[in-house]
Amino acid sequence: MIEFKMPSLGADMEDGTLVEWRKKPGDQVKRGDILADVDTQKGLIEIEVFDEGVIDTLLLEEGVKVPVGTIMAIIRPLGEVTEEKDIPSAISSEEPEKSEEVPAKTSEEKEERRVKITPLAKRIALENNLDYSVINGTGPEGAIVKKDVEKALAEAVGPSKEMGGFTEKADEAIVEVKKEHKTPPIKAIRTAVAAAMSKSNREIPHYYLEKKIDMTRALEWLTETNSGLPVQKRILPAALFIKSVASSLVDVPELNAEWEDELVIKNEINIGFVVSLRSGGIVVPSLKNADLKSVGEIMEWLNDIIPRSRSFNLRSSELSGSTVTITNLGEGGADKVFGIVYPPQVAIIGLGSVAEEPFAKKGMVGIHPMLYVTLSGDHRATDGLVGSRFLAAMDKHLQNPQAL
Amino acid sequence: MEMVKMTYREALKQGIREALLNDERVFLMGEDVGHYGGAFAVSKGLLQEFGAERIMDVPLSESGFVGAGIGAAMAGMKPIVEVMTVNFSLLAMDQIINNAATLLHMSGGQLNVPLVIRMGCGIGRQLAAQHSHSWEPYFAHVPGLVVLSAGTHEDARGMLLTALKSPDPVILFEYTFMLNMEKEIASDAGAMDITKAKVRRDGKDITLITYGNGVYKSLEAAEELSSQGIEVEVIDLRILRPMDEETFLASVAKTHRALVVEDAWRSGGMAAEVFSRIIEKVFFELDAPLQRLCGVEVPIPYPRHLEEASVPQSQDIVSTIRKMMGL
Amino acid sequence: MVFLRAEGFLGASLEWDKEWLPQIYKIHMEKRAKEKKVSPGEQERHLLYQMMLIRRFEEKSAEQYTKEKIRGFLHLYIGEEAVAVGVTQALSDEDYVLSTYREHGHALAKNMDSGAIMAEMYGKLEGCSKGRGGSMHLFDANINFYGGNAIVAGHLPMDVGMALASKKQQKNIITCCFFGEGAAAEGEFHEAMNLAALWQVPVLFVCENNLYAMGTALKYTHAMQDLEKKGGAYEIEAYAVDGMDLIAVSKAANDAVKYIKTNNRPYFLVCNTYRFRPHSMFDAELYRDKKEVEEWKKKDPIPKYQQHLINKKLLSKKQIDEMEKQIEAEIKKAVIFADEGSWEPIEDLTKFVYSGQKA
Repeated sequence: MIEFKMPSLGADMEDGTLVEWRKKPGDQVKRGDILADVDTQKGLIEIEVFDEGVIDTLLLEEGVKVPVGTIMAIIRPLGEVTEEKDIPSAISSEEPEKSEEVPAKTSEEKEERRVKITPLAKRIALENNLDYSVINGTGPEGAIVKKDVEKALAEAVGPSKEMGGFTEKADEAIVEVKKEHKTPPIKAIRTAVAAAMSKSNREIPHYYLEKKIDMTRALEWLTETNSGLPVQKRILPAALFIKSVASSLVDVPELNAEWEDELVIKNEINIGFVVSLRSGGIVVPSLKNADLKSVGEIMEWLNDIIPRSRSFNLRSSELSGSTVTITNLGEGGADKVFGIVYPPQVAIIGLGSVAEEPFAKKGMVGIHPMLYVTLSGDHRATDGLVGSRFLAAMDKHLQNPQAL
Repeated sequence: MEMVKMTYREALKQGIREALLNDERVFLMGEDVGHYGGAFAVSKGLLQEFGAERIMDVPLSESGFVGAGIGAAMAGMKPIVEVMTVNFSLLAMDQIINNAATLLHMSGGQLNVPLVIRMGCGIGRQLAAQHSHSWEPYFAHVPGLVVLSAGTHEDARGMLLTALKSPDPVILFEYTFMLNMEKEIASDAGAMDITKAKVRRDGKDITLITYGNGVYKSLEAAEELSSQGIEVEVIDLRILRPMDEETFLASVAKTHRALVVEDAWRSGGMAAEVFSRIIEKVFFELDAPLQRLCGVEVPIPYPRHLEEASVPQSQDIVSTIRKMMGL
Repeated sequence: MVFLRAEGFLGASLEWDKEWLPQIYKIHMEKRAKEKKVSPGEQERHLLYQMMLIRRFEEKSAEQYTKEKIRGFLHLYIGEEAVAVGVTQALSDEDYVLSTYREHGHALAKNMDSGAIMAEMYGKLEGCSKGRGGSMHLFDANINFYGGNAIVAGHLPMDVGMALASKKQQKNIITCCFFGEGAAAEGEFHEAMNLAALWQVPVLFVCENNLYAMGTALKYTHAMQDLEKKGGAYEIEAYAVDGMDLIAVSKAANDAVKYIKTNNRPYFLVCNTYRFRPHSMFDAELYRDKKEVEEWKKKDPIPKYQQHLINKKLLSKKQIDEMEKQIEAEIKKAVIFADEGSWEPIEDLTKFVYSGQKA
């Protein structure tokens, strides 16, 4: 059966009104025949047919206006018998609009910065005789903005207590979310994130490392493994990444630790996995004993936890106890991400998107899928060498995915 | 106020029709405005109503008939000259710039040119590099011209009527992408002011300055951002020359942030001019770097996905503003 | 015909500078090799094939347009095939051709690959202009086809410039430029005519007078409707021919080419023709009477030429059917080629802005 649709005759034609059918069911038609008169914004246009056959059904009544692409008639190719069931009764063929969310780009300025302050903030600071060089900027590129100056002025009047228990505060905010359920206080989350990140940035001297990892084998392994699995059980690269981080932490335990004026290595490997919320902000559910779980189990955990995180349906226990954090950009966004360590943890691992790049291997340059793995570490707790060992371990594990 | 739904095309047509009814000196001339019914069906039926004297088909000679329009205006007529789309306007650029815009000056104030030139413009219909131009900034560069941009249905309906009262040549940009778009406008909508920009939406957090195809896209983005707690003040420039800066300077002084959205190419676009004025006049009100979303600097490609990537979309506006707000 | 022309070319060259001879002989032999053996009627059948190919290709394009495979503007040439084929057969492969937005026929007549044209209209990377141009902007420098120029008359000055270059380079090349009668009202037409005559450059101006500039009839746009007379103002030799008759167009074009080569002057050929289809896909044809279209369809150049070949016993009905099948196969291949083509990645968006720029 051939579906005869309202044709598109111009990019500016969105619909047409059927004025008259020129053919009736049973009529034979050939290429070039006029099937109907259709009224458009530009006037009456004769609509021709490009197929040969017999008119089976006319689906549209004269005088009806329909969008481009609507099925108007069914044409039976010569020699084909009618099958009642094939005839659509509805007259809608709209394609849903694709709306892909643009992933937020992540970049952290690492360079030494001179004092950046917006003209407005500077004006206010100067008017109030405030030395703005000591203010911590929260604006773009770390610039001091009006809000920062106002805060500093308020603190100068009555300095509030230094935040010590900000983690509890963050947790509180998130737990509140849970109680209220479905009315997420975006602002509270934002405030909690802001407090934690500002403290980290203020207190923790970071070091940053990055490593390019050839993902050829890991992706091959995923494809192979997934080929035998039903869609809902398929494993995403994120699960494999989490597993490889866990295994690498077994090799380099110094990064699975806390800083409490000295390095305290933790027994359990509990991985915090950053989930970004569509409305802005992040939550970080914790995967307990990640090193003891299989890739499949990790995938199950992800499938369960991500939608619950996004709908603020988490227990507070699921949000606490992480010993290290992973931030994973997913596909299509920035190449790499340098995270800010979430205290009292001492490391955050950043996974960029996998992209094809020229890569030399055994003296041969080829195109390989490459992943940028980064590590931001607390320099009080560990040194670059430890971090470097960790990234090497990541590489090793991702080259032997079957062993994970 | 009673509201009626109408397409942008219908709004334009009603404006032209009212102008023809109002003043006998007014006539419309342009390529295919008569027998064809207007390249975009804007003037369909007007030939039958007003006759060939007042709805004049002209040959494909942009330079020739724009020049004839200038002459007719100098001699007491009120021509509406339609240059089918801005894409062909360069063929008439000599007439517009060297004659229409300069006669008053060269004649020591003796000869003014009360001419309105309408042009369809903009991108979004997959017409490729030669038929998708956003050249408002070219014209806005020329002293002597009044340059208008009808970014909403009420302006499509009413700008022409006021433009015909201008003693000096007016370039009126209309947007072919919006022709089929339906909006509600007041049933008694008529002549619109052509001296001031308009605040299309109030907001306290950031000022978004735009015109033309950018207006509805920006309002859509502002709606979405409002649900995220960000209140965007959307300003439609409307008059690109002489530009009304007071409206946007006052807004920036209130919000301390500004974003300009336009389809025209980035370098030397309207955004550059708006920013210069902000920096000149309200520098110490700024609490964030100025940002602009403009057309990508490439001849507009034919495939839809590349075409869409060439100009700012509503989602680009949302993400840029979120970033500017530190989210 | 190309072969025959090469013969004449060689003959004419005998009196020329002796240095030219070996080179001309080489061109002649290459052509002969390319043409293989020319059997009686082969050239004629080739011309018929081209006209029928254009017709079917355009019908398929219209179909693909309604299916939204092709977008933007699509201007069809149906009815005017004898002009593109008749004029192009008089040209050599080396001659330059510039055309308008209604150029599929000229491109096919100049032997542009039908798959590359279809892919171009789809906006695919495999199109002749890498998908960047679409229907109105077909370009292929390899076959000396320079567009696909969609500002009416905008290409006429370019045409004169190219001819001026080939004159300076002492290349024996003609620049042929197709345009509609609408363009003859543009200032640029007159500027180009004047310059071509002033500089005595080898340009063949071909005006395809299809009686309507979009929807406005000739009588509403030209005070002097015998367009060929406009040549006189510039002392350009001009001739008007029945553009619905392939034999007449071919003869007129051959004469024009001979004139240009002999006199080193431009020539203005007006082909009076008619498009059977609307101006573009979205056109309700409010401006012309259906009866008028039907009258012109009686002059369809394709059946006319088919009958001519049958009468001359150069072609049988069976051969026409075979030709139809061959054409259908070629078009099917073109559509598959376009369907299977690829979209250019958005990352390459700003490519082709400057020469030598990397993506």
